[in-house]
Amino acid sequence: MAKFEYAPAPESRAVVTIRPSYGLFIGGEFVESVDGSMFKTISPSSEEVLAEVTEAGEADVEAAVRAARTAFDGSWGRLPGAERGKYLFRIARILQERAREFAVLESLDNGKPIRESRDVDIPLAAAHFFYHAGWADKLEHAGLSGGSGRPPKPLGVVGQVIPWNFPLLMLSWKIAPALAAGNTVVLKPAETTPLTALLFAEVCQQADLPGGVVNILTGAGQTGRHLVEHPGVDKIAFTGSTLVGKAIAGSIAGTRKRATLELGGKAANIVFDDAAIDEAVEGIVNGIFFNQGHVCCAGSRLLVQENVADDVIMRLKRRLQTLRVGDPLDKNTDVGAINSAAQLARIRDLAQIGEAEGATRWSAPCVLPERGFWFAPTVFTDVSQSHRIAQDEIFGPVLSVLTFRTPQEAVAKANNTPYGLSAGIWTEKGSRILWMADQLRAGVVWANTFNRFDPTSPFGGYKESGYGREGGRHGLEAYVTTEATR
Amino acid sequence: MSPTAARHGATENSAVKDQRIKVRKTYKLYIGGTFPRSESGRTYEISDSRGTFLANAAMGSRKDARDAVVAARGAFEKWSATTAYNRGQVLYRVAELMEGRRAQFATEVVAAEGLTPARADNVVSQAIDRWVWYAGWSDKIAQVLGGVNPVAGPYFNISVPEPTGVVAVLAPQRSSLLGLVSVLAPIVVSGNTAVALTSEQRPLPAVTLSEVLANSDVPAGVINVITGRTAEVAPWLAAHQDVNAIDLAGAAGADDLVWAELERASAENLKRVLRPDVDGADAVEPDWSRTPDLTRIKAYLETKTVWHPKSR
Repeated sequence: MAKFEYAPAPESRAVVTIRPSYGLFIGGEFVESVDGSMFKTISPSSEEVLAEVTEAGEADVEAAVRAARTAFDGSWGRLPGAERGKYLFRIARILQERAREFAVLESLDNGKPIRESRDVDIPLAAAHFFYHAGWADKLEHAGLSGGSGRPPKPLGVVGQVIPWNFPLLMLSWKIAPALAAGNTVVLKPAETTPLTALLFAEVCQQADLPGGVVNILTGAGQTGRHLVEHPGVDKIAFTGSTLVGKAIAGSIAGTRKRATLELGGKAANIVFDDAAIDEAVEGIVNGIFFNQGHVCCAGSRLLVQENVADDVIMRLKRRLQTLRVGDPLDKNTDVGAINSAAQLARIRDLAQIGEAEGATRWSAPCVLPERGFWFAPTVFTDVSQSHRIAQDEIFGPVLSVLTFRTPQEAVAKANNTPYGLSAGIWTEKGSRILWMADQLRAGVVWANTFNRFDPTSPFGGYKESGYGREGGRHGLEAYVTTEATR
Repeated sequence: MSPTAARHGATENSAVKDQRIKVRKTYKLYIGGTFPRSESGRTYEISDSRGTFLANAAMGSRKDARDAVVAARGAFEKWSATTAYNRGQVLYRVAELMEGRRAQFATEVVAAEGLTPARADNVVSQAIDRWVWYAGWSDKIAQVLGGVNPVAGPYFNISVPEPTGVVAVLAPQRSSLLGLVSVLAPIVVSGNTAVALTSEQRPLPAVTLSEVLANSDVPAGVINVITGRTAEVAPWLAAHQDVNAIDLAGAAGADDLVWAELERASAENLKRVLRPDVDGADAVEPDWSRTPDLTRIKAYLETKTVWHPKSR
């Protein structure tokens, strides 16, 4: 099939200044670590070292939690909601003003295409702050008191641990509602993507946010564990793997700490024979190849009605051949780099298991760059429900295709997973959409669309995809209490 | 004369007159709409608040708990799909039937909790009224807790609350009837199904309630009642992989039970855990006479958000 040739259209890196090394952001200042060490963050598309960052130790966690507590007990806790909200509006505006800088930095550190960081991650991050800013002085109108008559109150110090797939966006999902409700925050970005969180610390400084309201601790799993287990933390908000989520739920058992957990998924994207097939194919591509498939709600299982399966798969493969895989900073790039060597190894392992278990592998023919971490968009057919690639979250650009005959069979297969984060339905029949949406045990259901996000729209899972919601009125609830004694 | 003695006295006097021996009730489990004995064959002695023998209750086992979870899972699909209007009427019907058995419940609450007849009567009234209160919530939950979200794009976006699934509940140890109703009704009103582990020492009102449920319109399996040792059975429910949520209210005052361990076991499949009220580190039983808020209803709900494009 003939393809247009594209000239490279690289976004300029000049807009970003990366410091050679970063300390920790505690109490409104960048400080040296007390007991941590340094590690390097690299660009996954080139393996170039971008900067040295600090792996925060236990004493650093202690200092950050203390700074957050001091701010909560002090100026921030006494600030009227309307004034608190203004800080969030300021942050939203600064994110918009510096959007391109953030987008380039995110693509460098994460490996995602600039088209996505520029058009999705950063605008949505700003939108989250703008949305939640307005809640700060309206909490008593949010309907969260449940008849108790007690106004919502902040919980205190919130420990937040976020993943590497949407670094700044996940930061905003965590920090914006926490601050709007009057809490203070200690946030740990993922070890492979710390840079936009550190740039966000500068935004807090530009906004004159009082010191200690937001503290950023870079580090890996051990830093996160210290934070989660710190007795001075009142609430944990975590986005990441189900395995770690279970460990967190276990570690806070018997305490008064609260938790919201946004964990893994294995979403079914269900295509009926009456769907607009070309639109559905776009939805399938968006569902699993958006952000290299590093999406907890990715549509990683395609359930396609048997009588249109051959047609859908043929058109899907044709479409995948037009995807451009490569330099994340090229504006024409559709699929960027896998975030890390470790993740690439996991994707390769599971893909090999898929072949070994008898599924048929097809990868889009594309020339992958020599340096960096890459995986071609891949589709497995002849997949059965018991295959690992139909059960395990791969978290990469790998689609498993299964078929069904009746809506009931589609529902049974879609729900046949311990996860329950999201699902997709493609059909032109409205009544079927509503019936299917009722049957699917998932927190987000996209009908004739996929991977849409909005600050007003609650997001979160059923079953082992975690608990609590982020976004909207429901997300706010995770950051307040209306208990009598506190 | 103690309330218990008054009750027994009256019965025995008439028995003497009529030369008739009272027919006692066998207190059994309630699983999937039937009344089995414990598969373990065990029973334990239940006494009234003064130590007088009342009955041998079934001592539920791990297997009984598992059977109850199977029954609850089997009932979930249909119960959760029942219309809110219908579910409300089903809960209201429980109140109607309890009203007709007021005397029996009051007598059992007197025996179990050592209350005066007047106070026990008041407790029964509150338990009945609690069903009515929750019954009225069935068709309001979605309106109060759900809503349309104004997303920045051409999409219709709606969030609705849905039941989480099978809920295990450790019923309160002290409040044998009002406490039990106060934890059960908020589970089932939204379409969840329940496995209730009754008060260990005061299980008899719960068994009588299960007899009411069997004659009500509550479908078999929607509410299952296990009597027995809380510390023995609760860990199996907390660790059960097909239980979606657990209410630890009955950890307060339960012998040999550490609720933190139940919460830890619940993490294995990420159960939604409703922790007990605490005073310091110790679980305490709340005052069930207070009008509830939405806390218990919300504890067993999931929010589902559905997106659909708008286009011509």
